[in-house]
Amino acid sequence: MEWLYILMPIAGVKIFWPGLIILGIGVGVIGGFFGMGGAWMVTPGLNILGFPMAFAIGTDIAHMAGKSLISTMRHGKFGNVDYKLGFIMLFGTIAGFEVGAQMIMWLERIGKVDMVVRWIYLGLLAFITWMVFTDIARRKAKDNAAIAAGKEVDKNATGLEWHKALHKIKIPPMVHLNVAGIYCSAWLPIAVSFFTGWLAGILGIGGGLIRMPSLIYLVGCPTHVAVGTDLFEVAISGLYGAASYTYKGRTELVAAIIMLIGAAMGAQVGAVATKYIKGYGIRYVFGLAVIGCGISILLKLMGVYVPSIAEVCDIIATYLILGLVSGMALYITVKMVQGAKQEIAMKKARA
Amino acid sequence: MNAKIKALFATVLTFVLMAPAMAFAAGGGGAPIVMVADTRKLSGIMAWWANLYNESHLYFTILTIILIPLIGVIFGVLADIIMHFIGIDLKSRDLAEH
Repeated sequence: MEWLYILMPIAGVKIFWPGLIILGIGVGVIGGFFGMGGAWMVTPGLNILGFPMAFAIGTDIAHMAGKSLISTMRHGKFGNVDYKLGFIMLFGTIAGFEVGAQMIMWLERIGKVDMVVRWIYLGLLAFITWMVFTDIARRKAKDNAAIAAGKEVDKNATGLEWHKALHKIKIPPMVHLNVAGIYCSAWLPIAVSFFTGWLAGILGIGGGLIRMPSLIYLVGCPTHVAVGTDLFEVAISGLYGAASYTYKGRTELVAAIIMLIGAAMGAQVGAVATKYIKGYGIRYVFGLAVIGCGISILLKLMGVYVPSIAEVCDIIATYLILGLVSGMALYITVKMVQGAKQEIAMKKARA
Repeated sequence: MNAKIKALFATVLTFVLMAPAMAFAAGGGGAPIVMVADTRKLSGIMAWWANLYNESHLYFTILTIILIPLIGVIFGVLADIIMHFIGIDLKSRDLAEH
């Protein structure tokens, strides 16, 4: 079975290459569906495959850039990408990320920063979870009220409507974002992207997990446009990140390419699945993903406070994430296959 | 409500303007670690690749930045061809919900 292992030329370790492809497919499907890079899922996966941590982040970002690019192209064809919004947000994201990264170095010099970062991350995930499920519950209540009143359910109704209040701020220049169907101050997406970029820089993550819900709840994008536009951001910032990490010698390109083979195809499946799943369906599964991510961080924190259970907590967290990745990827793929079957059957019936 | 949002926006804007100064005052940090690939067990393209890494991170980076999007697009297009062959409409999306 030696042929199932490949020697990584830079890291110098032998890796089970089918594992890389499977991991790539899983995070590709999820990334294409939710519009995020998924670093929080890839790193423990690479770790389990025996990958040195020094190369994990760079390798993850390199494969993420490639898969996000192909997902953006697919979402673009579906009309899910607001390129104007993406370009406006790019400036804020990069500036915010750099400031966040510099700030974390400053905090490191002051003292114990790891714990603070993890608690901030956990608090943020709890807030996102609350936001997503409150939104879903309020939307459901609106739907029920409409049904009870004998009215037609409004497809464009939303639960949380913070974006409507933010759109009332008319600080020039004002911009029309046609794909997203928004007219707002250009400072709104700039401020939101700076804030999400800054958080991503401080937390050491790509930012899709924060940016996607921010696009929905603060900027006011429809779910599908939020997914597509976020992927556009991930593709550009991913390429920048890949160049930066590779120049520092922290990318194992052979592993990134092997993962990319699975991820590029998986990302297409995830992106096409958004054709068949309603906006609120995407929000619901996203909320579950955030809960999984939160639990895994909580387990890591428990290990820090009670060192005797640290190893067990680490193992549970790793398997929880991998289980979550497999479960969600499978769910999205099944939904995509069911939707495609229905579409093909309808086409045949029409012909 | 409107006044509160304006005040919040002004606070965020002030922070956005102040944050870079605070961050840059902190300056950079972290000791650079030099990593060298062991090419003794490698042959062919893998050896060439590892040598390129050892000799020039710049060329290695340029090649990475070319290869990653290229491979992504190749396999993505391959998936497209398969899905198109199956009969999935890859040009439009009927669902238009928030």
